[in-house]
Amino acid sequence: MAETPLTARIRPGAEPLDLAGYERAGGLEGLHKALQMTPAAVTAAVKDSTLRGRGGAGFLTGLKWSFVPTGPTTPRPRYLVANADEMEPGSFKDRLLLEGDPLQLIEGMVIAGYAVQADVAFLFLRREYTLAAERLRRAIAQAYAGGLLGRDILGSGYALELHLHVSAGRYMCGEETGLLNSLEGRRANPRTKPPFPPVAGLWGKPTLINNVETLCNVPHVLARGAEWFRALGSPRNGGTKLYGVSGKVKRPGLWELPMGTTVGELLDRAGGMRDGLRFRGCLPGGASTDFLTDAHLGVHLDFDEVPKAGSRLGTGTMIVLDDRTCPVGMLENLEHFFAQESCGLCTPCWSGLHWCERILTALEAGEGRPQDLQVLEFQTRFNAPGHTFCALAPGAVEPLQSALKYYRDDFERHIRERRCPWR
Amino acid sequence: MLTSEERAEIEAEAGHYPTRKALCIEALEVVQRHRGWVSDDALRDVAALLGMTPDELDGVATFYNLVFRKPVGRHVALFCDSVSCWIMGANRLREHLCQRLGVAPGGTTSDGRFTLLPVVCLGACDHAPAMMVDGDLHLDLDPAVDPAKVDAILERYP
Repeated sequence: MAETPLTARIRPGAEPLDLAGYERAGGLEGLHKALQMTPAAVTAAVKDSTLRGRGGAGFLTGLKWSFVPTGPTTPRPRYLVANADEMEPGSFKDRLLLEGDPLQLIEGMVIAGYAVQADVAFLFLRREYTLAAERLRRAIAQAYAGGLLGRDILGSGYALELHLHVSAGRYMCGEETGLLNSLEGRRANPRTKPPFPPVAGLWGKPTLINNVETLCNVPHVLARGAEWFRALGSPRNGGTKLYGVSGKVKRPGLWELPMGTTVGELLDRAGGMRDGLRFRGCLPGGASTDFLTDAHLGVHLDFDEVPKAGSRLGTGTMIVLDDRTCPVGMLENLEHFFAQESCGLCTPCWSGLHWCERILTALEAGEGRPQDLQVLEFQTRFNAPGHTFCALAPGAVEPLQSALKYYRDDFERHIRERRCPWR
Repeated sequence: MLTSEERAEIEAEAGHYPTRKALCIEALEVVQRHRGWVSDDALRDVAALLGMTPDELDGVATFYNLVFRKPVGRHVALFCDSVSCWIMGANRLREHLCQRLGVAPGGTTSDGRFTLLPVVCLGACDHAPAMMVDGDLHLDLDPAVDPAKVDAILERYP
């Protein structure tokens, strides 16, 4: 039986463990160990574990931590932010961790905060996660009462304040510099990088931002060691991963599996396709990843292997396309989302994504023209990385560019037959 | 005028941030929790409390889709229109809701009971289609599978 450190304490349908129960179930071991180490040694252990950012980018977590300047002459306060703004369509992994084991996240935040010597931490939560908010508030109060937050944490002399910030919507808040602007009470437009947030983040101070699942892994890295953690996953991709499947499979759901589980194995977990339906492809890691097809069932789902197949691991929550669902209609839905959520700052994004949506709507309505596909292809290049401040637009055209490649016939049929063949 | 209760709730968050302005999103939420929405008058009062101009605050308020700058019904139903729910029947759910409530998305029923709004992915993709009413998450709502289920849920919000 494979190990499932992230979800071991989560009991479906039940309240999360309180602090005493959490500790009895092995919680706080990582924090106790971390507080006996130097901050630099904690960062080194996390780097050594090959834990990579679970928000989707897959950046080496310990390396990110090492970018935060520490030492007596560096600016203060330093900030830590947990990004709990899960809003990538098709992603539902952080909600489980927030609702199921909020103390695990808090423990991870305290360890991360200690490693970068943060003074203040924010937990940035989307408003719709109401059950998570209620449980997090309770867990934060328990953590303060139990000496895990506030002054002199567990007698170590380290101090950290933690505040829950409940957001007011918009996908852009999940982008790390948009999130910073939002926390400062502004519109969530992205900021130019560099400087990167570890150097100049909230109110210009050093700020470390990590995803919920990333932070939830941290206590286990410290408790069990980097070597143990690496062995859980695949090369350069330590740990387990919360993988999800949605769409017309027999058993949609979420599973904690070794990093590097294949597309086919994950589909098997979901019971395969519903009767009478055929698998045509999937977005492996949320809306802003390229399609994989039935030629990719053997692809290992980690941050190095999925790119070799032309996509990204993203959030690791797969959206399945079946043969009774129109790929053009699916793209229309996706580009509607991205166009709506564009913050309006960069021209390729605010102009181009609405243009894509309109063309896809026309194709679905039987009003497509042959040159439309060239315009869509132009848009995938126009919105490529480097043309916009943030990754929203490049992410938006990932499913589009791969759909134009794999489902070209379906796009052409819409134009030729002047209708959506699925209607 | 903000009530003393509203002011107290806003100021309770003040210690979390080094600037007054950073309070503004939570301040708008406090007002909305008490009044259902953020009127022009309320916006001006919050701006004055935080040392912002009304225009600056409105620029922030109108960016965020969960800050309501128009009156809403007693209950707000947010139906997910993102991709997993779309695959699983979100359009059927939307049509069912529009028909039952007699409004289009963005509208409020004439009796002031419901406002119906689309929302992005609610993080419940394994139980699509999903909807949230007043902060309560409701799952597996394809009317083609169980047409009475959605109606029974709406009944719970008089």
